[in-house]
Amino acid sequence: MPVEIRLPSILRVHADGKSTVEGNGSTVGEILEDMVNAYPGMDGQIVTADGSLHKFVNVYLNDDDIRYLSNLDTSVSDGDTISILPAVAGG
Amino acid sequence: MVMLVMTSDVYAQIVAYCLERLPEEACGMLAGPAVEQGTAHYGNEACTFYPARNAAGSARLYTVDPLDYLRADRDVEIRGLVILGVVHSHTHTEPYPSPVDIDQAPDPKWHYVIVGLGRPLPSMRTYSIRAGQVIEEELLIGGLGHRQAQLII
Ligand SMILES: [Zn+2]
Repeated sequence: MPVEIRLPSILRVHADGKSTVEGNGSTVGEILEDMVNAYPGMDGQIVTADGSLHKFVNVYLNDDDIRYLSNLDTSVSDGDTISILPAVAGG
Repeated sequence: MVMLVMTSDVYAQIVAYCLERLPEEACGMLAGPAVEQGTAHYGNEACTFYPARNAAGSARLYTVDPLDYLRADRDVEIRGLVILGVVHSHTHTEPYPSPVDIDQAPDPKWHYVIVGLGRPLPSMRTYSIRAGQVIEEELLIGGLGHRQAQLII
């Protein structure tokens, strides 16, 4: 079963303007990789070349920040939603 | 010149929230109806302000609490609006983007609204930040027509 991924506006341009896309996999990392394969414009924008989550991106599984779960190894179940949001910060 | 239009309710909510959060910097997200794709911004009419906690808990820095942003993002989707930009306060300095604001600006199509609290009267200004370039935009308060006025009821 594909999992729903909600995209922030800045990434929608790489997904034909869609706010929500789908990805397959059993972990957050696998699902994001599947999504990037379908929408190569997102390559490098969420996960860095060394395979870790980009510093300025927050990924939520339902209401939980995956950094407080098992990060990209967090397992995903049917009906879960992944949300990607840019970190919004300044001084 | 690009203009950001804001309801007087949103303006009042933002200023009140920034004062309430002193001595910390306040922050939040701004939403409104979308304009067609391919334009410089996602939209230019702010009809809703989503106050957020400052996860940095600082008088000099802000981080929009990601869960507050997530909730705002879900709410705008339900209401058929879009996130237009981000608001934050400068507790001691002028309302001009700091080097950190410029460096960390997440989206070139957002409006960056800054409320300066360093003088007796709060002052609000808005900018575009694209690839390190800051452009001040015109801010019009209370200039929305009937269509947007209905949205905020
Ligand atoms: Zn600032």
